[in-house]
Amino acid sequence: MKAFTYQRARSIDEAVEAASTHPGSKFIAGGTNLLDLMKLQIETPSHLIDVNHLGLDRIEPSADGGLKIGALVRNTDLAADRRVRSDYRVLSRALLAGASGQLRNKATTAGNLLQRTRCPYFYDTNLPCNKRRSGSGCAAIGGYSRNLAIMGVSDACIATHPSDMAIALRALDAVVEVAGPGGAARRIPIAEFHRLPGDTPDIETDLGAGEIITGVVLPKPIGGRHIYRKVRDRTSYAFASVSVAAIFAGDGSRRFAFGGLAHKPWRVEAAEGEGTADRIAEAVLAGARTTEDNDYKRPLTERTLKAVFGEAEVQA
Amino acid sequence: MNDVAAPSQPQQQLSVTLNVNGKRFDLHLDPRVTLLDALREHLQLTGSKKGCDHGQCGACTVIIEGRRINSCLTLAVMHDGEEIVTIEGLGSPESLHPMQAAFVKHDGYQCGYCTPGQICSAVAMLDELKSGIPSHASTDLSNPSFSEAEVKERMSGNLCRCGAYSNIMDAIAEVAKGEGLPA
Repeated sequence: MKAFTYQRARSIDEAVEAASTHPGSKFIAGGTNLLDLMKLQIETPSHLIDVNHLGLDRIEPSADGGLKIGALVRNTDLAADRRVRSDYRVLSRALLAGASGQLRNKATTAGNLLQRTRCPYFYDTNLPCNKRRSGSGCAAIGGYSRNLAIMGVSDACIATHPSDMAIALRALDAVVEVAGPGGAARRIPIAEFHRLPGDTPDIETDLGAGEIITGVVLPKPIGGRHIYRKVRDRTSYAFASVSVAAIFAGDGSRRFAFGGLAHKPWRVEAAEGEGTADRIAEAVLAGARTTEDNDYKRPLTERTLKAVFGEAEVQA
Repeated sequence: MNDVAAPSQPQQQLSVTLNVNGKRFDLHLDPRVTLLDALREHLQLTGSKKGCDHGQCGACTVIIEGRRINSCLTLAVMHDGEEIVTIEGLGSPESLHPMQAAFVKHDGYQCGYCTPGQICSAVAMLDELKSGIPSHASTDLSNPSFSEAEVKERMSGNLCRCGAYSNIMDAIAEVAKGEGLPA
């Protein structure tokens, strides 16, 4: 690791202030992705601001009947929370489909959202990557791309965001709460939180300089049948080839968010009213740009969605 | 202007107190020192192993405040005052922890390199199951119970390149049975 200085922040204001005064700084919470990347010198912060002691580790009812999840709630605790297990089952299921027991014990809600969107070439510092060094090129395009993105890709990047949690949050229409310099606060719908790669794949989220996630708000429960189905190369502890977070709501409406397809959780609301899984998949995959290696994700998406419909039948 | 330490400057040293296996240790550490390196290189507790050093293999698993984590993916200075249990604190050669005894009885290893991590992970994993924390293998999210599928899923963060998995499974099953975990 490159040398850095370390401080433990005692309040949100102190953390934001520290980020403003240290331009090369990063917040650290669970650290499971950041330290991994620092060891490879892919991330080289000059200053770390430990935010583990900001008191953002509670799950509380929100004013409008939903739940407010503190930024520092660990993945294990979020998945096991009684209210999440009963009212937002797709979120519990998605969290439990990700990473390992040890990682879920450390990884936080905000950190899960902020883990780097990545591919094997992002990790290989001998090869070009526009995400690591802007303008250096993309080794994945024309390289080994079996597990990489087919939706919303650009000529600069075809990496996928690996979070399972974020796919469920997208289906639930969660909102990310952010604090910034000067006491500023804003709310970012999850749909707008992550960005597509475009010409700047190194910029992955809507967060500005010095901004910090303070929590994630889930709207009032909508009931219905919740399913998270993840297809991957091995049964456990692997990123999704394709995943689907599905809610078949009590009022007959349906929501489908997809993982493994894009630089961000992929959801096409306009497709959700279509009658069959085939037609939904066709609409969701409109404009897909595949390679020889990852073209299989198109039929896999359709088949996974069909399996989700089958599961919903069983639950009914 | 940022305050990154140039190579010629002395690197920041921080005071940290680690409570490891019931003993208190006061250390002065470079913030880069991972908890795993603090345990192995500074406290000479070499039971916790460095396999991949990236959180993929689980050989470094220790238990902090009752929870299993990868000690390679966290900084020692982030754990000031916390209670840490390593394989050395679970049992002793004279008085093995039931999980250690079960691994010996069932030959839950070949080379043994992953074993401390497997055992720490298994002990905390059964506690997670007992406290009702669900897993991907739980058919009922609200009431997970002991099964082979549960153990395989919950132990997927611990790799054994010798492939002693079936014996590890047997060892864990015996301990779970002894603890009266509902199947």
